[in-house]
Amino acid sequence: MKTIETQVAIIGGGVTGAGTLRDLALRGIPAVLVEKGDLASGTSGRNHGLLHSGSRYAVGDPESARECIAESRVLKVIARHTVEDTGGLFVTLPGDDPGYADRLIRAGRDTGIEIEEIPVSKALRMEPHLNPAITRALLAPDATIDPFRLTMANVLSAVEHGQQALTHVEATSLIREGDRVAGILCRDRKTGERFAIRSRMVVNAAGIWGRRVCQMANLDLAMHPSKGSMLIIDYRVNRVVINRSRPASDGDIIVPGDTVSLLGTTSRTVDYDAIDDLRVDDDEIDVLLKDAENLIPRISRTRALRAYAGVRPLLAASEGKDGREISRGLVLIDHETRDGLAGLVTMAGGKLTTYRLMAEKLADYVAERLGVNRPCETRQAPLPGSEKPVPIRRTSKKFTGVSESVVGSTHYRHGERVHQVLGGEKANFALVCECEMVTAGEVRYAIKTLGARDLIDLRRRTRLGMGPCQGGLCAYRAAGLMEELGAVDADTALTMLAEFLEERYKGVRPVLWGDGMREMEFIYWLYEGLFGLGAGDGSQTETQAPERDVP
Amino acid sequence: MIELENISFDHCLKCTVCTVYCPVAKATPLFPGPKQSGPDAERLRIKNPELVDDSLKYCSNCKRCETACPSDVRIADIIQAAKWTYWRRRTRPRDFLLAHTDLMGFWGTALAGLVNRAAGAGVVRYLLDIFVKIPKERPFPKYSTSTFKRWFRDHGPDPSVHPDQAVYFHGCYVNYQNPGLGRDVVDVLAALGVGVRITNEKCCGVPLIANGYLDRARKHARHNIEGLARAADQAGGPIVTASSTCAYALMYEYPGILRQDNRAIADRIQYLTRFLAPRLADRPDVLKTPVPLKVAYHAPCHLARMGGVVDTVEVLRRIPGLDPRLLHSECCGISGTYGFKKELYPIAQDVGADLKEKILAVKPDLVVTDCETCAWQIEFLTGLRVVHPVTLLAWSVRGGASSPV
Repeated sequence: MKTIETQVAIIGGGVTGAGTLRDLALRGIPAVLVEKGDLASGTSGRNHGLLHSGSRYAVGDPESARECIAESRVLKVIARHTVEDTGGLFVTLPGDDPGYADRLIRAGRDTGIEIEEIPVSKALRMEPHLNPAITRALLAPDATIDPFRLTMANVLSAVEHGQQALTHVEATSLIREGDRVAGILCRDRKTGERFAIRSRMVVNAAGIWGRRVCQMANLDLAMHPSKGSMLIIDYRVNRVVINRSRPASDGDIIVPGDTVSLLGTTSRTVDYDAIDDLRVDDDEIDVLLKDAENLIPRISRTRALRAYAGVRPLLAASEGKDGREISRGLVLIDHETRDGLAGLVTMAGGKLTTYRLMAEKLADYVAERLGVNRPCETRQAPLPGSEKPVPIRRTSKKFTGVSESVVGSTHYRHGERVHQVLGGEKANFALVCECEMVTAGEVRYAIKTLGARDLIDLRRRTRLGMGPCQGGLCAYRAAGLMEELGAVDADTALTMLAEFLEERYKGVRPVLWGDGMREMEFIYWLYEGLFGLGAGDGSQTETQAPERDVP
Repeated sequence: MIELENISFDHCLKCTVCTVYCPVAKATPLFPGPKQSGPDAERLRIKNPELVDDSLKYCSNCKRCETACPSDVRIADIIQAAKWTYWRRRTRPRDFLLAHTDLMGFWGTALAGLVNRAAGAGVVRYLLDIFVKIPKERPFPKYSTSTFKRWFRDHGPDPSVHPDQAVYFHGCYVNYQNPGLGRDVVDVLAALGVGVRITNEKCCGVPLIANGYLDRARKHARHNIEGLARAADQAGGPIVTASSTCAYALMYEYPGILRQDNRAIADRIQYLTRFLAPRLADRPDVLKTPVPLKVAYHAPCHLARMGGVVDTVEVLRRIPGLDPRLLHSECCGISGTYGFKKELYPIAQDVGADLKEKILAVKPDLVVTDCETCAWQIEFLTGLRVVHPVTLLAWSVRGGASSPV
């Protein structure tokens, strides 16, 4: 069996695992990351992309709030190309307790978050579609962050420092040597290949799936899966993050994210066994739409693109608490002290905004165990693409023969790496996805540099297929291009295309009405009717028309 | 972020049929087509206005995309609005001149002899080409020595002798360049027992919209809505116009891109052939003189957008002796002031090349079209005489005297 030798094996390609891989890289500690699906395909990629200012937690969980405000300030610099510093509003609707706003202002003062009250008229000018009936408005330093691009940038940075990240590779068991863990056995889910990674430390950064990693070592880890569902609106109906000024509950936030707006969030306890196949319930859709309509009345007239659910990786610290009440604080579990098993460490809890802090704590722990005495650098070192702020207009001028919206969208997604994405041949300018302006150059970059192995991976790295047609008009072009670039063979390309469309459909199905329904009907005609996809595995001969008696 | 009242881009299914029908996208790779410039790019422009594309300037606003769209997306409106909301640029003196048809018409008719001679002089055109960027190849329409308004004031027939009355919105072209067409309209309506009133109208606003003078276009819209509504009340009849583009503006551009409340007139405006078609069906006898000509009919884009082509065709078929050949035509290319701009002129001519072939293949005696700027383009492309459908009707109504045959 092939064996990879390294210092640290990281299980889990979410943002925490990716951040840890990078942190270790900057300290010169070799590491290999394995992820059973794609990077950011679990909880990291299934949230509303809010860069928390901490305001949401300030009243109930000041510790988390302090972590959030500190980390969000760091990320606005080191990850600037994945962040949009939109600002946020907390608005009080008639019927909401107006006292919550006062408590929020006080809590902001205590935790160091700049929360200030502004006149309602000013809030309505900032956000013209906001419900004009709001009674109070607070301004908070909320922002948005793209979790996919954030995770990819961390991995890219790590890989450029010599680390390895293996996607679609699952850890099947831990290698035990007496009372210590000495590595993991792995299997590539795409090729079926099995191999071993031998390491001095194994980091369990699998989030909610971390319990299964612990079970491989016969250890128990009580997780508390809490499902949160969200809904995506076709275009940006708001420009700042809009929060409802009341204690956290369902449907209290609308986040502008890239070209869309996201309505969040519900909170429901689910069985641990359900975490691999989360479904959005119909009544969750109703709650999300109705509550969002209270904040932005026109929401009901816009097209809902899709709905999806993520699961919060909360540790069951105490029984009987609702998912929202459990602290979002991060917990590092040292299995040597807790269970007498050396070489394994688990990180759990936390949230997107504090991923870097979690990675720092993990890397501190690992470095100490390995006897490496180099401090964390991730607080200052910018991620690839975020080196310095460059205005879109200036970038647009550097390219001729391609439209401003294409350069601008690419720049938005890849920061300064736009030159690697679009530079060189003019063929790079050819558009593949017209909803999100994804070019052939970007597809190539996603495959060669960001390690996309299938269409769904490609989507996470480029936004291909995330627009109004949900991949209908670009998936077949991208599949062909992936085959041309040697990423997949022709048969795999067909299977991959079908899987991609199914994956898109899964998210559309809960919101299948109006324009979204017409869109799906159109895509169905296109693929089943025109292309014959799904008519067989491609090896069948043409289907014969049934014989009929001619009268 | 734009004012999101027109959120029709949200209905776009990305089927791309609009781009298939876009004459500009067909002629030049510089324009990515209505789907990408309209509904696709609108989401991006809402996200960040800096993502506006320079290529918006290539849209000629012919509205073939809207006619083709199965989802009722106001594609051309989205593009026009984006052009003037996000895409700012220096306004050229040329665009000012092309946009202000009233002003140009006033001086053009006042100094018709001089202006027409100058516009035909090689050296003037050469200078205009270099300094004003109006292509020297493009012929200018000639100004009339007197306006239609003046003729109507001095010689217009009394509308009250007729059982019915209609308000006639004549438009700038009839007023300054072709008062004869206005007289044709008056005669044809009179033959059907309809008396004509006119108002102190201003330019409908289309050239202003096309060149970015939206505020002035709004002023014109308010003036026209008020004046036409008052006149229609007095006349107790409809408002008709024989310019397909003016009709489109009054009905759809006012409430659309200009956001003016035109409900006072909206239900009363009719493109002339729609008004005439049922009346001619009742009174075929008024078309007394045969017009034995083979004519090629080009349907203008804006008339197609209104669904008005069928009426003109019906009217043409009623003219005795006429052999109308319907062209399977797309845009002629000129699109109002578009073809008068040096940087867009080659595109306009490429677009029109296809129509030229189709017309020449028919070998017609005359070409017929409802739109004045289409007529200029077709005359320039083919060298054939182009007339308005109402002119043919007038020949038949009046008898042989004014007919060319």
